[in-house]
Amino acid sequence: MELQINGETHQIQSDADTPLLWVIRDELGMTGTKYGCGLAQCGACTVIVDGVAMRSCVTPIDGMAGKQITTIEAIEGDGVGKRVVAAWIKHQVPQCGYCQSGQVMAATALLKQVQHPTDDEIAAAMINLCRCGTYNAINAAVHELAGDTAGAVKGA
Amino acid sequence: MDNLSRPTAAEDVFSAAQPTNISRRRFLLASAGTAAGAFVLGFGFPMGDARAQPAAAAPARATKVPAFLEIRPDNTIRLQSPFIEGGQGIFTAMAQIVGEELDADPATFVVENAPPGSDYIAMDSGRRITGGSSSVRFGYANMRRLGALGRAMLLQAAANRLDIPATELDTQPGRVVHVASGRSITYGELAADAMDLPVPDPGGVKLRDPATFRWIGKPVDRLDVHDKSTGKAIYTIDTHVDGMLHAAVQHAPRLGMTVGALRNEDQVKAMKGVHSVHRLPGAVAVVAERWWNAKRAAEALQVDWREAAADSTLRVMPADFSTVAFQERLASETGDGVDAENKGNVPDALKNAKTVVSATYHSQYVRHAQLEPPSALARFNADGTLDVWLPNQAPDLFLADIAKQTGLDPKRITIHSPLLGGFFGRHFLYNAACPYPQAIQLAKETGRPIKLIWSREEEFLRDVARPMAAVRFRGGLDANGMPVALEAISATEGPSEGIANKRAEKYDPAAVEGLAGKAYAIPNRRIAQLYVKTPMMLGYWRSVGNSMNDFFYETFLDELADKGGQDPYALRMHLLEGNPRLTKLLQAVGEMSGGWKRGPFTAEDGTRRARGIAMASPFGSQAAAIAEVSIKDGQVVVHDIWEAIDPGSIVNPAIVNAQVSGAVALGLSQVLLEEAVYEHGQPVARNYDLYPILPPGRMARVHVRVVESGEKMGGIGEPPLPAIPPAVANAVSTLTGQRVRSMPLSKYTFKV
Repeated sequence: MELQINGETHQIQSDADTPLLWVIRDELGMTGTKYGCGLAQCGACTVIVDGVAMRSCVTPIDGMAGKQITTIEAIEGDGVGKRVVAAWIKHQVPQCGYCQSGQVMAATALLKQVQHPTDDEIAAAMINLCRCGTYNAINAAVHELAGDTAGAVKGA
Repeated sequence: MDNLSRPTAAEDVFSAAQPTNISRRRFLLASAGTAAGAFVLGFGFPMGDARAQPAAAAPARATKVPAFLEIRPDNTIRLQSPFIEGGQGIFTAMAQIVGEELDADPATFVVENAPPGSDYIAMDSGRRITGGSSSVRFGYANMRRLGALGRAMLLQAAANRLDIPATELDTQPGRVVHVASGRSITYGELAADAMDLPVPDPGGVKLRDPATFRWIGKPVDRLDVHDKSTGKAIYTIDTHVDGMLHAAVQHAPRLGMTVGALRNEDQVKAMKGVHSVHRLPGAVAVVAERWWNAKRAAEALQVDWREAAADSTLRVMPADFSTVAFQERLASETGDGVDAENKGNVPDALKNAKTVVSATYHSQYVRHAQLEPPSALARFNADGTLDVWLPNQAPDLFLADIAKQTGLDPKRITIHSPLLGGFFGRHFLYNAACPYPQAIQLAKETGRPIKLIWSREEEFLRDVARPMAAVRFRGGLDANGMPVALEAISATEGPSEGIANKRAEKYDPAAVEGLAGKAYAIPNRRIAQLYVKTPMMLGYWRSVGNSMNDFFYETFLDELADKGGQDPYALRMHLLEGNPRLTKLLQAVGEMSGGWKRGPFTAEDGTRRARGIAMASPFGSQAAAIAEVSIKDGQVVVHDIWEAIDPGSIVNPAIVNAQVSGAVALGLSQVLLEEAVYEHGQPVARNYDLYPILPPGRMARVHVRVVESGEKMGGIGEPPLPAIPPAVANAVSTLTGQRVRSMPLSKYTFKV
């Protein structure tokens, strides 16, 4: 089958029931998207599918044909994604960094859907786990982006 | 963390070599992964350099400048770090410390984990681990000196080239300058010559006046943030080599069991993508073209597991083990234990006390639950050498173990230590809890490079646990309600005992730290460990013994305060009289929170709230925390944490702040949510669904004040954690009137 990932068409050999995560990581060799739990609990595997954050570890590829999939590798090619990365740098968010691909994807998906999300919308969207406890830095970055009408956070 | 086994000098695998400038020999260029033309500096200086020292003195550590520093033609600096980066920011701190003395902007550094070898031991203890919140406090002086030695060599190289005495030269960041003539030469231009020079006498090198520091003590940006925000950072789980196959395992449900018949081996071998099925010690494995296929096939294997042999050397997990029953056993274990601290006369003081308070407190087993599941990549090369990529906090220990297991000469083994996707104590050398022996065996059996990943479920089956303890307290109060005696007997097996699978000769210091050595002026005190062996595999967890012992002590201290009619904040202040450092810290946390206010009180949003106070002295630092809580639907909500911490002095205030916030999160996670429950010898939870860790919605606001007292430098990765659970529990007790004597609080249903 074919998958549209980061604007490119990929011929995929994996079985149709293979989770998108493992196609991205093993078949396509893009390792920015992380495996944490395989159970849609932690969010380290978050990618954006047709503008919506999805947990790729529980998403079989057979429903993905024709959809536009974005992974962290293409994040700075997206205007919103570039702003999110810049905010992550400004707020020095990552510690170990393992969950941060998923955090950046979740924030980008939120801000692409809602330019100025409310506190409740942020809380509902930013639910990925972080064992290093970077939650307050993530929160500060996303809240700044949510109120960032004039582009106060410039691209890095 | 004193009982960590470590290689002896005889096991140190890289003997000291003659000074070598590798750029001249074109040696190691490929394996070092540097661009052609870059110049790589090799193992440097003979150990004999220490001959000027008295014979008995320990060698000066981290002096072989060319082993640590590669200064490239473009003036970027590759630094081999003695400490591994796993989120704590140590690569950035090392760049700050070395850069300050080398006179090079930390932003120009590329830092990576150094290979094993005695050259890279930076701590005077002679060991190389990343743990115990050691890296900055025990590496600081030697890594500063390393930078200064490097600067002196660059100055000398410039002096030789310009034919000007080195004393007439100075440096500016990244260059040597001759002020009189205005000439300057970049470090990149000088490096090849500089690193051929002898390293100056480590005792004679001049260090910067701290008053002139540009980077140490400043909130320098982390070096790894862009890569970690864009998916570019590479962890062991991301490694890849040509011809590699993937592997997954199914472990025996209980440690010690062995593999019997595989009932459906043929069917599994026929599954798509499966390369081969393997029997490993206590596990079965499937090797496949892709990990997903390997995992599904490994899970599909139907194995007849055999009970452990009577002579098994493992910590055999019995079929009837239950954490509930074991907790009851710990609490009912009789005996006085072995003294870790004994001052005054506790029996007499209790006899003469106006009031005696007795209570038993409990802790729970907890998981590391780092987000990156363990993995390892092993490759045997055509010449018989072995490369292993693996998460580790101590490369020399792992190298020695691999050499022992494979029978290979350590010189024929290359250890790669990628970034850690969190560690918190997870990646020490834990028997049966590390995937690399399996990966090596599979690589040998298949003749192919193997990357083995443990699924989250396999990780939660084999991760080592922070110990469980039951602590029997007795406290004596005088007629004024002031504590005059305190006895704590902790029934537990310490983590160091668990790792060694052997009882300590007296007691395990890691079992009692946080109970013993408290600063409060209670004249009669006895702290003891009552050893009770557990079948659980034990390990170090962020802040180790302090992670539970300060909870025990500080909550019992509040219990004593209440029994004696004392305010817990005022009582602590009283018990710290004459201790200016801790008095100041307690005052600081009170001020930060707007003045000590215990409550209960009604907050602006109408919720009833209370605050709790706790202190801790872990890993050379001092901490004091206040928590504000309310109750919602029977569960605890933590609104704010104020924490004042005194690590003596610091290198990067921004990273310190982040470490405090992160340690607060882990402390909250432990006290609110975490508990590894076993029934029938097996963990009930094998993933985050049944073993919840702190989600963002339960994080508290965190307010941090770093107090730099100038005392001896302490740690920062672990010290902010231990005061958090008791501060929360004390607040909850105040708010609800219900004594909290165990964690996690999710087991309770509270009413206000």
